[in-house]
Amino acid sequence: MSAALDIQGLTTRFDTRGGTVTAVDDVSFSVDRGRIMGLVGESGSGKSVTGFSILGLIDEPGRVTDGRVIVEETDLRSLSPDHLRSMRGRKVSMVFQDPMMTLNPVLRIGDQMAMAVRVHEPMSKAKALERARDALGTVGIPSPEERLAAYPHQLSGGMRQRVAIATALLHRPAVIIADEPTTALDVSIQGQILAEVRRLADETHTAIVWITHDLAVVSSLADDICVMYAGKIVERGTAEEVIGQPRHPYTRGLLDSVPGQHAPGTHLPQIPGSTPQLSHLPSGCPFRNRCPRATQLCASAPPLARFGDHTALCHHPLETT
Amino acid sequence: MTAPLLEIDTVSKRFPLKATLADKVAARLAGRSAGGAVHAVTDVSLTVERGEVVGVVGESGCGKSTLGRIVSGIYAPTEGTVLLDGKPVATGREDHVNKLTTRVQMIHQDPFASLNPRMKVGETISEGPRTHGIVSAAEVGDKTRALLEQVGLRGDYADRLPHQFSGGQRQRIAIARALAMQPDLLVLDEAVASLDVSIQAQVLNLFLDLRRDLGLTALFISHDLSVVRHVCDRVAIMYLGRVVELASAERLYAEPKHPYTQALFASVPTLGTGRQDFRPIKGEIPSPIDPPPGCAFHPRCPFAGPRCRVEIPRLTDAGAGRTVACHLNDGGVGQEAAA
Ligand SMILES: Nc1ncnc2c1ncn2[C@@H]1O[C@H](COP(=O)(O)OP(=O)(O)OP(=O)(O)O)[C@@H](O)[C@H]1O
Ligand SMILES: Nc1ncnc2c1ncn2[C@@H]1O[C@H](COP(=O)(O)OP(=O)(O)O)[C@@H](O)[C@H]1O
Ligand code: SF4
Ligand code: SF4
Ligand SMILES: [Mg+2]
Ligand SMILES: [Mg+2]
Repeated sequence: MSAALDIQGLTTRFDTRGGTVTAVDDVSFSVDRGRIMGLVGESGSGKSVTGFSILGLIDEPGRVTDGRVIVEETDLRSLSPDHLRSMRGRKVSMVFQDPMMTLNPVLRIGDQMAMAVRVHEPMSKAKALERARDALGTVGIPSPEERLAAYPHQLSGGMRQRVAIATALLHRPAVIIADEPTTALDVSIQGQILAEVRRLADETHTAIVWITHDLAVVSSLADDICVMYAGKIVERGTAEEVIGQPRHPYTRGLLDSVPGQHAPGTHLPQIPGSTPQLSHLPSGCPFRNRCPRATQLCASAPPLARFGDHTALCHHPLETT
Repeated sequence: MTAPLLEIDTVSKRFPLKATLADKVAARLAGRSAGGAVHAVTDVSLTVERGEVVGVVGESGCGKSTLGRIVSGIYAPTEGTVLLDGKPVATGREDHVNKLTTRVQMIHQDPFASLNPRMKVGETISEGPRTHGIVSAAEVGDKTRALLEQVGLRGDYADRLPHQFSGGQRQRIAIARALAMQPDLLVLDEAVASLDVSIQAQVLNLFLDLRRDLGLTALFISHDLSVVRHVCDRVAIMYLGRVVELASAERLYAEPKHPYTQALFASVPTLGTGRQDFRPIKGEIPSPIDPPPGCAFHPRCPFAGPRCRVEIPRLTDAGAGRTVACHLNDGGVGQEAAA
């Protein structure tokens, strides 16, 4: 079976005053139907720009300079702007950290969802409202019929995010890109949404890219994980592989620095230095000024080390843990 | 035994709501009084011993920051008293906020908003101690450099402006500024919440070092259960303005007792291999304007009984220094009437 989403060599650059920076650097991964890919990294690592690049939503001063974005056999980058727009929301849709990026504050939930349905599929408003109601039910919104009449501000943050996810689902897209969708929510509400998303992937076979900085969230939700650092995917594998036996020194450092797995009150293992600025990256491996395993070799671009399908972009990957 | 450094005694804080004309009309029609109030904190009692770090945990809007601000003397409580070293920080009378506040220093979540962008870091750190006569003018420069070094920065950073620093560095500066006042108590409100994990670990390590070297006493407010486990001795769990469980971190994490604490722990994704079976709490957090009667958790609680719907559970002893506010721990939830 071919992947629902297949990305090859995606590269996005921004022209800044300090010169051109590569925010997404030769990114490749694919997601099969019904699977959840966790894209994890610290702030500024390029997660959001990757999401926007997939949907062709990069504006000046940025541009996607390279790569293919294949959704169900169509390369989105080869499409005309009109054709691309018709794919967005229908074949591939996006959910943002702030649900108000999706929702219109002055329209009732039902009206805006019905509009979103009818943009791509002509049908009666009554039918579109039915579709909207069903989508609200799918994401676990209680009494969806009544919610159709509500305005966004009448709903809690968690409910608004569910409405945004339901809106993304209206056309049963092949792919959903979700960018930090639960970061602003409380854990009890996040737990509810993660449970629904897991069920969605299993039941509707949507392929989901779940972007987050939260390692605990990806480890408990995702099937596969890509770890990003300074615009590059530095490690990729199944969740079991990446969390259970990380191969890249950055992934190892990141996992170790999460509190909760160490004796209380003891020093946490920490990665030295600060998160990188794209305009000031070291040559070769971008992690080498913080890496405990760095050698002279690391001043040259690291190769992709393979452990079956589990890969790490590193000269000296961890052999055992 | 000496008295605890901080004693919070049955403190409540209500924020009156400004009723609009429409609210008043609606209230009149519904036969209730207009206005109302946000019940941000209700009947909270908590002590912090010298050298102790007590965590305050709960979901958004449960009253953590409000409690922290009361302890810092920023808000006066509507009822109750807060004593620092036996002396009132603030009492229920609005006009009686005692400005002992230099002895309590608060560190906030947002390292970008909490520093004056136009003030050199050194001035930011030394401003408080100078105006309160904590350091002499002659010592100020040395003291500031020493503080910067103590929080892991270079002494000569004193001449730089905040925008030249990363989030983690700014949080170190905020810590240095608080320490400069030589406070008896630190109130940290989500102090590491906005930091990346690798930077969060650095700041938590700094906090642990300072705690060891200076014997810090702190109220550590956070929604992050694993961070709290790592740095706190005792932990208070809050729900809708009330403390529902209070125990040593060790006991609490080994065996949460209150149904809300249990549900919260079950909702949190944990780092580990294998898909997690999420068992989320059903329903939403009710509004603090009109909290449910009886136990505020009853609409979401799997164990709720008739007593829970009418009677507010008191904090009762659950052994080994733990207190829990749940009828299950205090005579039972009552029998459902036979249908
Ligand atoms: N100055 C104020 N005026 C009116 N209501 C307020 C005020 N400050 C806080 N509240 C309300 O009091 C309740 C408790 O707020 P508080 O900020 O203490 O919550 P919190 O536990 O710190 O939440 P978070 O995790 O989101 O920071 C909330 O319902 C909030 O809206
Ligand atoms: N419009 C823009 N102009 C210049 N640089 C940008 C722009 N948008 C994003 N970037 C840069 O791209 C990098 C990746 O950003 P982003 O994808 O938002 O990170 P993440 O989502 O992982 O936190 C950052 O260094 C950011 O500064
Ligand atoms: S290539 Fe070298 S510097 Fe980069 S992660 Fe691997 S060992 Fe570290
Ligand atoms: S008092 Fe009743 S409703 Fe409240 S937590 Fe205990 S069992 Fe649940
Ligand atoms: Mg982002
Ligand atoms: Mg708060």
